[in-house]
Amino acid sequence: MFGLNKKDTSLLIIVGLLTLLAPFILNPFPEGSAMAQFNAGYPDLMQRFVIFGIFAIGFNILFGLTGYLSFGHAAFLGVGSYSAVWMFKLLSYNIIPAIALSVVVAGVFSLLIGYVSLRRSGIYFSILTLAFAQMSFALAYSVLSNPKFNLTNGETGLQVYADDPQILQGANSPDLPHLFGLPMRATYTMDVGAWSFDFNAGYYFCAIVMMVVFYLSIRIFRSPFGMMLRAVKSNQQRMNYTGLNSKPYTLAAFVISGMYAGLAGGLMAAMDPLAGAERMQWTASGEVVLMTILGGTGTLIGPVLGAGFIKYFENIFSKINDSVLHSWFAFLPDGLEDAVVFVIHPFIGKGWHLTLGILFMLVVIYLPGGLVEGGQRLLNRIKRKKPKTDDATSGKTEPAE
Amino acid sequence: MAILKVKDVSKRFGGLKALTNVNLDVEENSVHAIIGPNGAGKSTLLNCLVGKLMPDTGAVLFDNASVLGLEPFQINQMGISRVFQTPEIFGELTVIENMLIPIFAMRDGVFRMHAYETIANEKAIVEQAEAMLEEMNMADKREMHAASLSRGDKRRLEIGMCLSQNPRLLLLDEPTAGMARADTNNTIDLLKQIKDERDITIAIIEHDMHVVFSLAERITVLAQGTPLVEDTPENIRGNPKVREAYLGEAA
Repeated sequence: MFGLNKKDTSLLIIVGLLTLLAPFILNPFPEGSAMAQFNAGYPDLMQRFVIFGIFAIGFNILFGLTGYLSFGHAAFLGVGSYSAVWMFKLLSYNIIPAIALSVVVAGVFSLLIGYVSLRRSGIYFSILTLAFAQMSFALAYSVLSNPKFNLTNGETGLQVYADDPQILQGANSPDLPHLFGLPMRATYTMDVGAWSFDFNAGYYFCAIVMMVVFYLSIRIFRSPFGMMLRAVKSNQQRMNYTGLNSKPYTLAAFVISGMYAGLAGGLMAAMDPLAGAERMQWTASGEVVLMTILGGTGTLIGPVLGAGFIKYFENIFSKINDSVLHSWFAFLPDGLEDAVVFVIHPFIGKGWHLTLGILFMLVVIYLPGGLVEGGQRLLNRIKRKKPKTDDATSGKTEPAE
Repeated sequence: MAILKVKDVSKRFGGLKALTNVNLDVEENSVHAIIGPNGAGKSTLLNCLVGKLMPDTGAVLFDNASVLGLEPFQINQMGISRVFQTPEIFGELTVIENMLIPIFAMRDGVFRMHAYETIANEKAIVEQAEAMLEEMNMADKREMHAASLSRGDKRRLEIGMCLSQNPRLLLLDEPTAGMARADTNNTIDLLKQIKDERDITIAIIEHDMHVVFSLAERITVLAQGTPLVEDTPENIRGNPKVREAYLGEAA
């Protein structure tokens, strides 16, 4: 179907079902129950899942296929957000022109940065992209925000003001981002017994966009172009001596992934019409690297899983505070309860990055192929149990490769 | 007619004269071996032919067109394929993908943005790649990762990848270095078969005299960066100068 083989088609369908049914899947616990804090089915978080999913899918086209590790992809995300907000300010709150411009501007921007950065490979390439991203951050944060020429509105962040032109804004159209009149914040809440499920227009818009770009990434992975990108990663020398110029291939991959990042940035602004310089900071670039590696570099579904994993745990761990911990461990004797809370305290709330670091280390050491490899090992183990052969122990000593 | 002409090529690395006034003609459809003791400049010469190094002086003409200053991929597109001393293949890719890439490169040139097509739809190219695998006796290893092949199979694959582009000139850089005797003999047989079945010129740099004398029709002996003598294998074998410079110490 759609020019894909059976396996890829079923993957696409599974991802499609999961994203469309996400409001149910992510809200398994009844409202008001003790477990409700583990629910993730509210619009804001679901939007972040798919938007960062798009970001990571794009990043994986560059990093997963060509092996070029960019530490500056957040710059394209930020550029996308700024472009979208500018479209809101100048034209109207309709998100289509905004997102279109974010993709185009991010594409041009990545062409420039990629052209220079790809003159080097390996660690030098990474450092060059990092340098460009930090320069972009500095430009957005201070340089391009002075009274004479205010492109980014500096620290405050770019937003839409009442006196902005908005020349295409109709008299009746909503005063917040909308798709031809359908506001992105529109949410329909369905109550089933104790459960409550939110269906948000913005989430579904992002989900459909993610399905489209996920499909495109499968096509790229399976195309001759995708094979050439893997050849770049595998052996550039042989590629050169086979009559192929690896430079335009890597540049094309860089621009495509930059456009994915711009799209993600545009969607972010479309969900919440704000753009701040912190979106371009190196921590944001690092996050997408973590997502891709955590999920499984070079796999189709890995980056989406990684993005969901990190965003979910970020949300959950940040929400937990000491009083929540005390209520969990209330059954312990007082002294012991305090001790346990004391030990866990650094890993929750603002210390969530510590937890992320530990999770990341565990994955890199024990599952170099990321969550996807974990899933495959699990499947293999289940499959192997069925025939009742005597190799039950071999599952444990399986080599990493 | 000489398909490859090397004229007065010199190359220095700092104070070291790697090549001094090298002149060499490789006749079309011949097998030409370049031999010489370690440090004679064989690899430097080869690197000057494929665009990896730029000679200080002189000219290199392939089919009467200069190759100097061109990138390796441009030289390859002109019809020169190179086999490396240690097989250079795409280790992480499957054997069939390794074979597809050079055929795509031949059809589509140095770059093409075919990001929305599927490989399975390129039936003509897949068939060509499969035929080449068949010819290399590797059809059963189609889906294996190239990195997991044996040394001999890696070499076969690399030669197959080069041949799939129908090059006019095949350059081999010590194709049997580090190989077991059986693998060496297999490679010799393969090269003989290629020579017999195809319109192809082969230039080979080799240390192993067994390989050289089984294959070559012309031999150039390089010593200290200059060609000492160029002749047929029989005459080279009897040439006292060569014996002194090279064969003598090897024998």
